Amino acid sequence: MLFRQQSRIAALATAVITFAAMSGSALAQKKYDTGATDTEVKIGNIMPYSGPASAYGVIGKTEEAYFKMINAQGGINGRKINFVTYDDGYSPPKAVEQARKLVESDEVLVVFNPLGTPSNTAIQKYLNAKKVPQLFVATGATKWNDPKDFPWTMGWQPSYQSEAHIYAKYLKKEKPDAKIAVLYQNDDFGKDYLKGLKDGLGAKASMIIAEESYETAEPTIDNHIVKLKATGADVFISITTPKFAAQAIKKIAEISWQPLHIVSNVSASVGGVIKPAGFENSQGILSAAYAKDGADPQWDNDPGMKKFFAFLEKFYPEGNKLDGSVVYGYGAAQTMAKVIEMCGDDLTRANVMKQAASLKDFAPDTLLPGVKINTSATDFAPIEQLQMMRFKGEKWDLFGDIISGELSN
Amino acid sequence: MSAVEDVVTEAPAVEAVPKRAMTLGFGTSLVMLALLLLVPLFVKNFIIFQLTMLLIYGLAVLALNILTGGSGQFSLGQSAFYAVGAYTSAILMEHADMNYALTLPIAGIICFAFGFLFGQPALRLSGVYLALATFALATAMPQLLKLGFFEHWTGGVQGLVVTKPDAPFGLPMSQDMWLYYFTLAITVGIYVASVNLLRSRSGRAFMAIRDNEIAASAMGVDVALYKTLAFGVSAGITGVAGGLGAIAVQFVAPDGYTITLAISLFLGMVVGGVGWLPGSIVGSAFIIFVPNIAEGISKGLSGAVFGVLLFLVIFLVPHGARQVAMVAQQLIGKLKK
Amino acid sequence: MELFTNQVLAGIATGAIYACMALAVVMIYQAIDHLNFAQGEMAMFSTFISWQMMQWGIPYWGAFVLTLAFSFAGGIVIERLLFKPLAKAPILTNVAGFIALFAIINSVAGLIWDFTIKQYPTPFGSSPFLGSQLISTHQAGMIGVTVLLLILLFFFFQYTRIGLAMRAAASLPESARLVGINTSWMIALGWGMAAAIGSIAGMLIAPVVFLEPNMMGGVLIYGFAAAVLGGLTSPLGAVIGGFLVGIFENLAGTYIPGVGNELKLPIALALIITVLVVKPAGLFGRPIVKRV
Repeated sequence: MLFRQQSRIAALATAVITFAAMSGSALAQKKYDTGATDTEVKIGNIMPYSGPASAYGVIGKTEEAYFKMINAQGGINGRKINFVTYDDGYSPPKAVEQARKLVESDEVLVVFNPLGTPSNTAIQKYLNAKKVPQLFVATGATKWNDPKDFPWTMGWQPSYQSEAHIYAKYLKKEKPDAKIAVLYQNDDFGKDYLKGLKDGLGAKASMIIAEESYETAEPTIDNHIVKLKATGADVFISITTPKFAAQAIKKIAEISWQPLHIVSNVSASVGGVIKPAGFENSQGILSAAYAKDGADPQWDNDPGMKKFFAFLEKFYPEGNKLDGSVVYGYGAAQTMAKVIEMCGDDLTRANVMKQAASLKDFAPDTLLPGVKINTSATDFAPIEQLQMMRFKGEKWDLFGDIISGELSN
Repeated sequence: MSAVEDVVTEAPAVEAVPKRAMTLGFGTSLVMLALLLLVPLFVKNFIIFQLTMLLIYGLAVLALNILTGGSGQFSLGQSAFYAVGAYTSAILMEHADMNYALTLPIAGIICFAFGFLFGQPALRLSGVYLALATFALATAMPQLLKLGFFEHWTGGVQGLVVTKPDAPFGLPMSQDMWLYYFTLAITVGIYVASVNLLRSRSGRAFMAIRDNEIAASAMGVDVALYKTLAFGVSAGITGVAGGLGAIAVQFVAPDGYTITLAISLFLGMVVGGVGWLPGSIVGSAFIIFVPNIAEGISKGLSGAVFGVLLFLVIFLVPHGARQVAMVAQQLIGKLKK
Repeated sequence: MELFTNQVLAGIATGAIYACMALAVVMIYQAIDHLNFAQGEMAMFSTFISWQMMQWGIPYWGAFVLTLAFSFAGGIVIERLLFKPLAKAPILTNVAGFIALFAIINSVAGLIWDFTIKQYPTPFGSSPFLGSQLISTHQAGMIGVTVLLLILLFFFFQYTRIGLAMRAAASLPESARLVGINTSWMIALGWGMAAAIGSIAGMLIAPVVFLEPNMMGGVLIYGFAAAVLGGLTSPLGAVIGGFLVGIFENLAGTYIPGVGNELKLPIALALIITVLVVKPAGLFGRPIVKRV
């Protein structure tokens, strides 16, 4: 009930904005592009349900469940969401095939939250040429915020670089004489992050005394840790995906190395990384977050998370709340729903992009208090804020202000 | 043959296929060609794109078929040659502004050389050992492409975006349709050349090696030369397929050429029938469309559904599409009587 | 020098993982004369079964023994149901079957247990071993188990009737049949034993790499490499091969300037291929004599 009221208010607000934006053109007029009708909005999506990145397939399943919930609640502005999701197996050629299938055969209105930097790069040119929104892509590369060259592509999560900036800022202030050792995954994620870190440190980039990369095909990264310890570094930055982050935490404890340990947000999940690696090994680890953690008891009574848990129970019972991807999918889907709602009866692709670029202080249920989504015609980076946190006991303690990692500084 | 001899003669990994059974009859070939020419006129652009990919993967499977079905050498490393071809085309187009059509022969030649060189150490290996060596090549390739040293040309982990060519001479057709016919022309050309190659002296040498290496060398076949040559030809064709793939997909990145691709191509060859060249296109259809069917049945279990479908196919026709074709031929033969 | 010793020790520690897996690879090769690409996934699935049992409250060793039995039976069932019908099909078709099996097991495990990593207990503890922080008691235990398995396998193949029969069935099926060995069941038995050894490998590896459906992907590549390097017909060779690959890889990553770290897997593989070119049957394998 609460939801419906909210949505009515939101719809009214949208109407006002739309009214102002269209400067007096008829409000009741309905406009549609391919993929939208009086009764339905078709949203396309591409996920790696199979292959090496299949762990992320959960995001697609969560989104599907979220739209099922929306439909059960009567849809958006009276229209049901038809969510079409395909598997690309994390292979760029397959992503192109699936994107074309979505656009030309299923005729979707938008392609929403396709996952992976390589897959998104592969379909970006095509979707922009076709003028199909490639909205809220599921990757943290910085390049998605480029409204001038790619006006039909928009990111969602904070970029890897901006997150790295925050750690750089923190280190420059709190530990200016740090000797930093970095372990990064040898792919777009790791490289982008490392660049952010170096840019953030600026003139002090020489604080990084050792860099090691690893391949995801390696069974363990233990030997890299041994090597990094030998360099005598006192800060360890782990730009790793969950499995490797957990291995690093455990190995560092085993060889009694005690650096200041920073873990990238990708691997800050309590249930997915910290708990398997051992709470006793994880005390004092630093990270930054923009979303709440489903495994963290401090959010048990949070109204937003209560909605999230209710959603899981009713619409996605097999979803694991410990899995950060579930929280992610929920937040992304909620943002998409918000944009469709803001579009009102003007469901053209151009208007979808326009509304996506007019989000003001929007706060999905699963984002940290104070983190808000803001976009504009020149700012295609929806989430730019994070808050630093330190692991203590069995949960993360947030500290400091909500920081924006914008690249302009 | 006594039991003891049976064992010490290493059983050929690939059964002998008579060379005539490696191709289609003239009439059937013409019907196939007519179909391939006409279908694009009646379908959506997206289907044309899929058909283009079908031909491209078909070409890559054909290349593997020449290597395995023709000369009896086993490779799990075709994705490496495909990647080299794709990157050659992409780099020449984007950094040297070369015409896309001209990049293909270059990709083919570079891959031929690469394959020929790789064939040298591979000479000493056979069976599982060769499988491991080629497997190693396929695993190493994405890592080589990511190397910082080559990053200026390859784009490193980010890959390279490639421009799609328009139809030339102002022909009134979409980019997709033009690319399809362009690919079709190349595919048909390479197919005809391959059929002729296998019927030639070299082809007979390949098959002699496949069926019995020692006997072949006793008959005066230069085993080392022909084995490496088979590697070279196979790699060269795969390279052309890779170049076409880069143009069709408009993007190259290390993640597109992992061991998964090599395994897919291998499955395509088995499903199409080892040693039966026309089967390549059937195998290619399998690796493109069956995953789509599998995910249509179940998202969460798409891998399992794919596996089950694959098992069904190999249970029903362990010799692949070739078996179907042979049964069909026999049936037709009976009807004629 | 300290770095060198450290890297060698760390290499031995990771080498233990490869050695363990390589033993399972050799086992199946002895039985079916081919590599099984689904072996890693079978081991992963067994490990999940034991994890699930422990979640239900069964103590470690109880779960260990039950999992061994389950894997042994599972291996036999897979062979009887899926690969016996393919016995007459070409080898390459069988390989396609392994790939299909790989896809099925991986996907089913992902659906049942999802892809978040799970902590897996170790019976040996993870404190430093003999004062060295580079090898933990778990890794030492793992090496111990591997050696124990190796000795058992050696006696099995060398001195037991059934072990000899199995070897005969794999290398001379025709003659083995003539002397009354049921070769078809020997293959099934080989599958069962390989699955059981694989499950031990999985249960020993999981505490180090964490349990998840894709945990064996990388391990299997190294396991193959180790087994091939040591010689596919020699369990001892496989174990030594495992340690060598672990050490190789670490030293290449540490000492080859520039690209060493980024390319340590390719370098290790290239080295193995070089060894194979010189010794085509691996370091300890029986050379294959070919005749017309």
